[in-house]
Amino acid sequence: MATVAAHEVRPGRGAELGLLALALIVGIGAYAIVGLATAGRLPAELPRQAAVLTTLAVGMHVVLRWRAPWADQVLLPATVALNGLGLAVIHRIDIAYAARDKFAGFADRQLGWTALGMVFAALVLIGLRDHRTLRRYTYTAMVVGLALMVLPLVPGLGTEINGARIWIRLFGSSFQPAEVGKIALAVFFAGYLVTNRETLALAGPKVLGLQLPRIRDLGPILLAWLVSLAVLVFERDLGTSLLFFGLFVAMLYLATERKSWVVIGLALFAAGATLAASLFGHVAARFTAWLHAFDNDVFNASPGGSGQLVRGLFGLASGGLFGTGLGQGRPDLVPFAESDFIVASIGEELGLTGLMAILVIYLVMTQRGLRTAIGVRDGFGKLFAGGMAFTVAFQCFVVVGGVTRLIPLTGLTMPFLAYGGSSLLANWVIVALLLRISDSARRPAPPAEQAPAAPEPDPGRTVTDDQLTERIVVRTSTQGDDDGEGER
Amino acid sequence: MNTPLRRLATVVIAMFVVLMGGATWVQFFQASALNNDNRNVRTLYREFDTDRGPIVVGGAAVASSTPVDDSFGYLRQYVDGPVYAPATGYYSVIYGRSGIEKAMNTELNGSAGSLFYTRIQDLITGRQPKGASVELTLDPKVQQAAWDALGDQTGAVVAIDPSTGAILALVSKPSYDPNLLASHDTAAVREAWDALNADASAPMLNRALNQTYPPGSTFKLVTSAAALESGMTPETPIAAPDVLPLPQSTAVLQNYGGEKCSSTGQMTLADALRISCNTAFGQLGLDLGSDALREQADAFGYDQDLTVPLPVSTSVFPAKGDIDAPQTALSAIGQYDVRATPLEVAMVTATIANDGVRMAPYLVSSVRNQDLTVVDTTQPRSLGRSISASTAAELTAMMTQVVQSGTGTAAQIPGVAVAGKTGTAQTSTTEAPHAWFTAFAPADAPKVAVAVVVEHGGSLGNEATGGRVAAPIAKAVIEAVLGSGS
Repeated sequence: MATVAAHEVRPGRGAELGLLALALIVGIGAYAIVGLATAGRLPAELPRQAAVLTTLAVGMHVVLRWRAPWADQVLLPATVALNGLGLAVIHRIDIAYAARDKFAGFADRQLGWTALGMVFAALVLIGLRDHRTLRRYTYTAMVVGLALMVLPLVPGLGTEINGARIWIRLFGSSFQPAEVGKIALAVFFAGYLVTNRETLALAGPKVLGLQLPRIRDLGPILLAWLVSLAVLVFERDLGTSLLFFGLFVAMLYLATERKSWVVIGLALFAAGATLAASLFGHVAARFTAWLHAFDNDVFNASPGGSGQLVRGLFGLASGGLFGTGLGQGRPDLVPFAESDFIVASIGEELGLTGLMAILVIYLVMTQRGLRTAIGVRDGFGKLFAGGMAFTVAFQCFVVVGGVTRLIPLTGLTMPFLAYGGSSLLANWVIVALLLRISDSARRPAPPAEQAPAAPEPDPGRTVTDDQLTERIVVRTSTQGDDDGEGER
Repeated sequence: MNTPLRRLATVVIAMFVVLMGGATWVQFFQASALNNDNRNVRTLYREFDTDRGPIVVGGAAVASSTPVDDSFGYLRQYVDGPVYAPATGYYSVIYGRSGIEKAMNTELNGSAGSLFYTRIQDLITGRQPKGASVELTLDPKVQQAAWDALGDQTGAVVAIDPSTGAILALVSKPSYDPNLLASHDTAAVREAWDALNADASAPMLNRALNQTYPPGSTFKLVTSAAALESGMTPETPIAAPDVLPLPQSTAVLQNYGGEKCSSTGQMTLADALRISCNTAFGQLGLDLGSDALREQADAFGYDQDLTVPLPVSTSVFPAKGDIDAPQTALSAIGQYDVRATPLEVAMVTATIANDGVRMAPYLVSSVRNQDLTVVDTTQPRSLGRSISASTAAELTAMMTQVVQSGTGTAAQIPGVAVAGKTGTAQTSTTEAPHAWFTAFAPADAPKVAVAVVVEHGGSLGNEATGGRVAAPIAKAVIEAVLGSGS
């Protein structure tokens, strides 16, 4: 293993504060520019906006100093920058909507969700002292995660927006349960895979130079595949389906180190999607809107046409390299400019340059998450952190890829940027969890490491699981480094 | 588990690189194609948000943009909209543009290559960019006279300066008001658009440039030119039977109203043109042959594409192989499948007036940037010699006789020698013929060449001939140019 450089590790909270100031300047500055560009003066609610964002960000920083002093320094500022920029862009779209007498209260609501999300994140950091506690809830998480995935299918609760049935309507506002579901599923996958990874990694037949797993171990991946297909067919959303299955396959690969699982996964998904497209009209329509987006018939078809996608492309194109400038484009010409298509709005007003910068922030953020996974010592933490970092990256890929027509369009939204309470809430919780894990990853080992700061014996588990935990604990403490798998 | 984590990190980087590539593809490589997609209202919105230059006629704007307080920024407004609509075209949020608004779009919105230095200047000085103004060759006095003279009749008037090709009048009736389509009230615009398109009289059709008619007897100018070029003179006697039996068929060609042309059965070429004798020209066409006629017609601009810069429909003389002897006789008097736009008829006349040299017709005289500095001027351009100078002089003399003592007396102007030719073009046995008149004046120093067509005889219906219906309109236009009118 390429070891972590043995220089003295400092908590680095000062660096975080500096970056946080930069992030706040980006978010609040963008908000001010929107006002200057559209009304010629600073927005009246700028002080309130600045105060709320600064208080929340500094609050999180204080919580980190208090509860996770060794946590990663970049994650929080990157998230605050994206969230702040998202607020400014949504505010800008509100102004365009207001000019056309449409509903224009998205920014205010989003600010409320931001506050709620950050409070939740703080509560997670305060309440969850050790991420390994989550492993106890492996099967609970499975039930919760699957329930959340299928919740939109419950009659009377689920609603269909823009062709996809991935929302539920609750207390007058809509909510994407899959956003929260993906955290629960990451917990389940991590807990399940860390227990069963050795079985799943066992070698089966070798075909064309590829070491396949044993046939009898195909059960879990087939189950996950069926669930993702059910999501595709019944919820009509390729995004959630891809997100769920992609998360599973990625974590399966992390756990087993077998590329064959990835190949099997990709093949299964491709076959399933093709089958679904040939059997179900609405799935086929999604593919047609993608492949033949510029055909006049497809463009004008409603619902199920490519009008929104192509209008988004028009928006991106009009932005060009440097964009029209905040407040000077027409992002409101694209349906759902504040949520599904916020990427097109940003591409239009901030240009390719701005979009690249934002993608780089996401890249840095997800790489820090993966770095956390490498640094943390327990297998569950590795899988969980790796899975969550991957899910954020994968969601970006599915959303931006959809908007730029690399892949079919989905109903997912850009983490932190897009309008949407469920997404914001869930992604802030993910950041909190990554911060929590990074704290234990970066925390210098106490001098008395041989007396393990291992997870307390878990009364809730079955005997075999207990034994397995013990074994890992023993191996962890004897090797003092990785989860005992031994680097090959 | 660290090896797969590192590999996963590489995969994540690869995913973002793909996304960056995708964004670059859309925003850089595909951008101009997407921006030019006609379904992209954004480009139009952005255009409406820039101060579009005016279209100027005789020093006054007939189309200009005024700032308004809505999402578009500027409203396009037209003065005397219906009068100038065949030239200006419309500029609509929903339906795009037409006419000069379309043909000179990049100049009007300021993005043309010729305005590059103006844009650089604006960038450096921080001046608000503004589109260039486009000045038309139209003479408001002449345009209005043509508009008034045509009255409520369906038809078109084109007037050209023969020595330059500058278009002085371009009228098409019925017309429409481009303000209706330039409105920002999209519902009203849709309604107006549907109504205009449903209107059987086709008000948005630019009859002067884009409608082809059988030119009727005005085509006898082309036949005469071919005859003179072949060595005949105006005094050459030609056969003028009372009835011309068409070869290879049982059909016969008669004169207008069944009249005799000559008691002797013979007359001079000049006389045949003066009284527009069908049988004489039918026989002349048979003698010259369809190839000679086509050659002469093509020399005058038939069968060629033309832009002024508005696209002009192609005038047609039937192609080789599509025409036999009886059809040649009919073609010689501008019937059968011969088709001409009013602009083409005016161009034939203008060429005769210009000693046989055909000048390219044009509608835009100059383009000026917002400092009123001229950035582009249209230079008169010759399209070549169609007939010799002597043929032109002989035709001029013959056409002068038409107005003095022939079918075109209604175009006489005291003190001015007008050279003209009437036409009465049959379209079917049930409908009244189209009435034509084309003329230039003064015959010795031409200042204007004009073509008038009145569909189906206009207000006179079946009683109409080119001489009675169309000639007075041409006269009014010529008077407006020469300043002898009111």
